Amino acid sequence: MDTILSILNATLREAIAPNTAAVAIAVIGLNIHFGFTGLLNIGQAGYMLLGAYGMAISITYDIPLLFAVLIGFVVSFVFSLILGLPTLKLRGDYLAIVTISAAEIVRYSGRLAAFEDFTGGSQGIFGKDYQGPFISLSFLGSGRLTLLEFNYTDVADGARWVQVLGLIALIGAIVGAVLLLKSLKSSGGAVLAPTSSTVRSALVAAALVLGAILTVVVPAYADRDTATDIFSRVVAFVIFTSIVLAVLFGGQAAYAAWKTSKGRKAVLAGALIIFAVLAIFFTFPKTYDRTGVDGWWVRMIAWFIVGLSCAVVFLLVRSPWGRLLRGVREDEDAMRSLGKNVFAIKMQALIIGGMFGSLGGMVYVLTGTVQADSMGRSLTFFAYTALLLGGAATIFGPVLGTIIFFSARILIREASGAYIPDAIMTNSQTEQFSYVVVGVGLMLLVIFRPQGILGNKRELRFNV
Amino acid sequence: MSETTVGMADPAVRRQLMADVAQEPGSAKPDSILSVDNITRRFGGITAVDVNHLEVQRGMITALIGPNGAGKTTFFNLITGFDKPSSAGKGAHWSFDGATLDKTGASAVAKSGMVRTFQLTKALSRMTVMDNMLLGAKDQRGESLLRCMFRPIWSGQEREVEEKAAGLLERFKLLEKKDDYAGSLSGGQRKLLEMARALMSDPKMIMLDEPMAGVNPALTQSLLGHIQALRDEGTTVLFVEHDMHVVQHISDWVVVMAEGQIVAEGPADTVMANPAVIDAYLGAHHDTDLGDDDLLDEGADLGPVSETVSDEQGSQSPESHDEGKHA
Repeated sequence: MDTILSILNATLREAIAPNTAAVAIAVIGLNIHFGFTGLLNIGQAGYMLLGAYGMAISITYDIPLLFAVLIGFVVSFVFSLILGLPTLKLRGDYLAIVTISAAEIVRYSGRLAAFEDFTGGSQGIFGKDYQGPFISLSFLGSGRLTLLEFNYTDVADGARWVQVLGLIALIGAIVGAVLLLKSLKSSGGAVLAPTSSTVRSALVAAALVLGAILTVVVPAYADRDTATDIFSRVVAFVIFTSIVLAVLFGGQAAYAAWKTSKGRKAVLAGALIIFAVLAIFFTFPKTYDRTGVDGWWVRMIAWFIVGLSCAVVFLLVRSPWGRLLRGVREDEDAMRSLGKNVFAIKMQALIIGGMFGSLGGMVYVLTGTVQADSMGRSLTFFAYTALLLGGAATIFGPVLGTIIFFSARILIREASGAYIPDAIMTNSQTEQFSYVVVGVGLMLLVIFRPQGILGNKRELRFNV
Repeated sequence: MSETTVGMADPAVRRQLMADVAQEPGSAKPDSILSVDNITRRFGGITAVDVNHLEVQRGMITALIGPNGAGKTTFFNLITGFDKPSSAGKGAHWSFDGATLDKTGASAVAKSGMVRTFQLTKALSRMTVMDNMLLGAKDQRGESLLRCMFRPIWSGQEREVEEKAAGLLERFKLLEKKDDYAGSLSGGQRKLLEMARALMSDPKMIMLDEPMAGVNPALTQSLLGHIQALRDEGTTVLFVEHDMHVVQHISDWVVVMAEGQIVAEGPADTVMANPAVIDAYLGAHHDTDLGDDDLLDEGADLGPVSETVSDEQGSQSPESHDEGKHA
């Protein structure tokens, strides 16, 4: 039992790691390219690398963080133009060829000794040279924090059975939520009633006020003395307001949905998911620095950006603009015959998806170094695997797929390390073995569930 | 719409208007909406289209007929910007509603009010029928990347567009399918969807490439009604069709193409009596029902028909070339 729990512990550590969040952001961008618009971009890692270089190099030249991030975006914007202008008028395959080579060009340029003053050559840029401004934004204070503070060690002196019970509750909650969501999906139709504009404005106003209050109060509790500058306050305000906004709108939607039997099912499923998250951290509490290089601060920001990205993608694809993307994916000539500028639409999609990619790259290097080889071809293929696993052309598919992909690999590695005797497979071989199993898993997935976990099978059936 | 379209619903007015038009290839029309000069398209050694001059009268239904491989679809592709003429820059010139289209791309042509459909239908399979329709509307505020994230900016217009789409779907008997994926529709329904989608933009001129192929007789009847209603509302219609009864029934003017060139023009009945047209396209027995057993029993002389068939096979390559490109 001990082994199992420690394996699961390692799996969870990977699942909430900042790097997982970073890749999830890049996959969200890839989903705009491939899932919604049908652009076969095989160079998403190139976008990540450019974003990371753009931000890190700017900071080493003492440019403020905000502008450094903007420079990262501008670099990816220019990269999109360079890739798109010659290829987007041609058939889709050309983009695939050009993106994969362009990403390699970026990687090799990064390694080049001639640029060593900027990129650090093959050694890369060390974290201490650029992570300072980001870490000093933190309002979480110093010291260490355990999540949840109330966990299995507080019940019956942390006896084994408490942890096992937590695990069972967790599995039960997940199974329950999945079953509920499945029955909702099969019955079809909308669950959410539209909210009136007065309610909406009231909620937004309330969120702004509460966010402002929290911005003042929370740093005081966190007994911190750094990061009193205005930018840090703004970041805190944005984060608190968004969280309050999400809670208020979620609560309001749940309240409104509770009136119908279908809505009750949806609310119950949501509650079970929240319970599952709590159960995870109750059973496997995690302790990190509040602020340090690999602490809660970077995790919070990384996952906050993931949530924000999902929200932005949702707003984009539900609009008539999102309809254009799907139209281009289906048939470019039909779109031209309807008077739509296909080239402009594809270019916009390439730029937007690329920006998510570069944002992912910036988050990716917050815990490590900017090293060209860490964002190579294999990362692009992992991103595709995660996208197909979660379900292309869905909102949460990329995030779910990335979490499952990265944690499943760790699960396999740890489990084979623990249970397969060294005579058959040494510890260093389990790493490779985990990739093999993930690859086989992907093949099985494509054969038996081509739409991914969240995808719509009905939609896939008409794939022509 | 222009002044001349007023009263176009009256057949006598239309006949009167076209009475003075010379019944010869490339004749000038009293008020042409589309005019084409020196447009040629070669695929290797084969000349698929070679049109010296053609004008299409505003507010009328013009049929474009001709044997397989005559270059009708290629001609459509050329003037709608989906293909470039080989004679581009060498005297090729065509204009729509006063604006020149020589260097205009396909989407800009559609935006200017000339919307086409395809012979091989292009339904957007993995989108719902309703989404297909909504894409047809033009000047949507929510289609701008900067504005699309703010729903209040476009939700009002979206509702209007949805209502309009529902109205058109109702007319084309597709309303109950509006939430189905377009990929689940039958071939005939896709034709209808494509036509309804094209109408979403309120085009000045609609170009239909074999709209009746694969549509059942009852629906053909109502489609004909729709096309005539369009004309009566002021839309110009240019369509390719092989069913001569349809052509005879609704077209005000017929243009005949053969081997890339325009060989005849005129009202339906006159054109169909034209010996050149009969030779090139119709065959001597175009008015007799070949499925009629009596005809076969009597051992009727079907000679000319078989001649026409071999003629068709001889000139098929440009068309198949063209279709391969779009398949």
